[in-house]
Amino acid sequence: MATRTPGDALAHPIAGSAAKRIPGRGHTRSAVLFLAPFGLLFTAMLLAPIGYAVYQSFFRTHRSGLGLGPSTTVFAGFDNYVTALHDSRFMSSFLRVFTLGIVQVPVMLGLALLLALLLDSRGAVFKKVFRQIYFLPYALPGVIAAIMWSFLYAPSVSPFTAALRHVGLEVNFLSDDLVLASIGNMMTWAWTGFNMLIIYSALQAIPGELTEAAVMDGCSGWRVAWHVKIPAVRPALILTTVFSIIGTAQLFNEPAVLSQVAPTVSPTYTPILATQQSADINNYNYAATQSVILALLTFVLSFGFLKFTQRKGTFA
Amino acid sequence: MTTVTPTATRAAAGSPGRLRTSSLAGRAGVFAVMALFALYTLIPVWWLLVTATKNKGYLFTTNGLWFSHFDLWTNIRDVFQEQDGIFARWLLNSALYSFGGAAVSTTLSAMAGYALAKYAFRGRDLTFNVILGAVLIPDVMFALPLYLMFSQVHLVNTYWAVFLPSVVSPFGVYLSRIYAGASVPDELIEAARLDGAGEARIFWRVAMPIMSPALVTIFLFQFVSIWNNYLLPLLMLNSDELQPVTVGLANWREGVNQGIPYNITITGAFLSVIPLIVAFLVLQRFWRSGLAAGSVK
Repeated sequence: MATRTPGDALAHPIAGSAAKRIPGRGHTRSAVLFLAPFGLLFTAMLLAPIGYAVYQSFFRTHRSGLGLGPSTTVFAGFDNYVTALHDSRFMSSFLRVFTLGIVQVPVMLGLALLLALLLDSRGAVFKKVFRQIYFLPYALPGVIAAIMWSFLYAPSVSPFTAALRHVGLEVNFLSDDLVLASIGNMMTWAWTGFNMLIIYSALQAIPGELTEAAVMDGCSGWRVAWHVKIPAVRPALILTTVFSIIGTAQLFNEPAVLSQVAPTVSPTYTPILATQQSADINNYNYAATQSVILALLTFVLSFGFLKFTQRKGTFA
Repeated sequence: MTTVTPTATRAAAGSPGRLRTSSLAGRAGVFAVMALFALYTLIPVWWLLVTATKNKGYLFTTNGLWFSHFDLWTNIRDVFQEQDGIFARWLLNSALYSFGGAAVSTTLSAMAGYALAKYAFRGRDLTFNVILGAVLIPDVMFALPLYLMFSQVHLVNTYWAVFLPSVVSPFGVYLSRIYAGASVPDELIEAARLDGAGEARIFWRVAMPIMSPALVTIFLFQFVSIWNNYLLPLLMLNSDELQPVTVGLANWREGVNQGIPYNITITGAFLSVIPLIVAFLVLQRFWRSGLAAGSVK
């Protein structure tokens, strides 16, 4: 899985704030020169692929005869989109990931917030050690972590299965009922510490006078957390939620590795897997269509969440 | 949740006797929750460490969470001998992609971020917003269209196919802009101009040194993100020789039925993780300051 990158700035546009203080004018040429290398690569590696995918999604490869004759590319309009929206496997991959996200993201962020608050509380000991332990999974590449968990879940090797059998429970983490929860656990394991650290950093930035004043007013620790600390880290919570939405949408590594050991994980288990599956069978136009739908939906969800929290926001 | 109360009690309560007891209970509660989660985090990694020391025969028959016969050195030798020693090649590839990609992307991001923060020009806000919009669409979703484009220009299955996309970091530009805006004083730039320094010289000699803490963060973020990348190299590379260690190990995991022993994959995974963990422990403070800059600002 690619690293989730902060998109927080959309919640706090700084545009304009610096403009007034800019000394001198007529530096447009220098600005363009400084921006050019990044701009060119940005255009080639990010903008062009989007354009190309959108373009591809409006065409269809038509194979004559039994697929042996030469293939021709024909304009298909929105046909690919209609097909995708009626593709039950593709749509159920969305539903599956959506269900997972609705449960996993709040659990993970709740846990991250709790741990950050505990780490920030004066009662905490060994803060530095705990912080490093929690952050440790972030150092494990997603697919390596997935390989590790694929063994930890495999009934023949798993120490957890063995331990549960010891107390008389027969649990198969890769069974139809449990595999989605198992994937959720892998994501929670991998990302809680990362999110915790972002929230913790925000907690550290709260001015000491603010919490002290609340304490002087007779607030208990829990009430200080609820009324002072949590509102103050709102931007960090929004940021981590957006990360998590984006991260969930691109779920790939975990099911891709688990599909080798769990027959219930199909090649179209998540939208990204479904897209790759289409590419594997050389249906590039359809794969492009699926990419566009997925990117659009992710953007709408993450951007929508940002806008929603901004409008409701009293703090940010 | 009562676990947080000691903070307040200790600060507010007058009687030191009462204070100590409640604080002790509170501390124990805080510690218990934190230790429990630490266990949850550590047990899988512990399992990886323990299992990396086991011969494949003992993997199925011994307690997964404790050592039996110590075969770590044999396992490591086997990992480096499997498929004519390709594992070392994979590590080298990962290092090349990550160091090269992170170095270039950090430089480009610094230049772009500095320009966006310090020059007024038409279209600046639009440029910045487009870059930020790209942050909200994860790069995994660009991978497939990129593959289709690269296959048209015959870049697929070359180093460039993985390297080029990794040098673009919209998030790096964002961090650079924030940091340049906040830390590089306009007066300093103006003074350098009055002294006759050119714009490029000002950037390299004046701005870059001031921005270096942010640049370290960008480098680290990008380094890890490239090292961890899986889907992009999986799509782009057919040749084993070009693959990074993530793709190689996933192939070994898949190859269990073709005779790649379990212990090779597990010990390989363990070995591939060590460099990053060491880097993290050493460089953690940079991460924290970087994350803080990204979230609190």
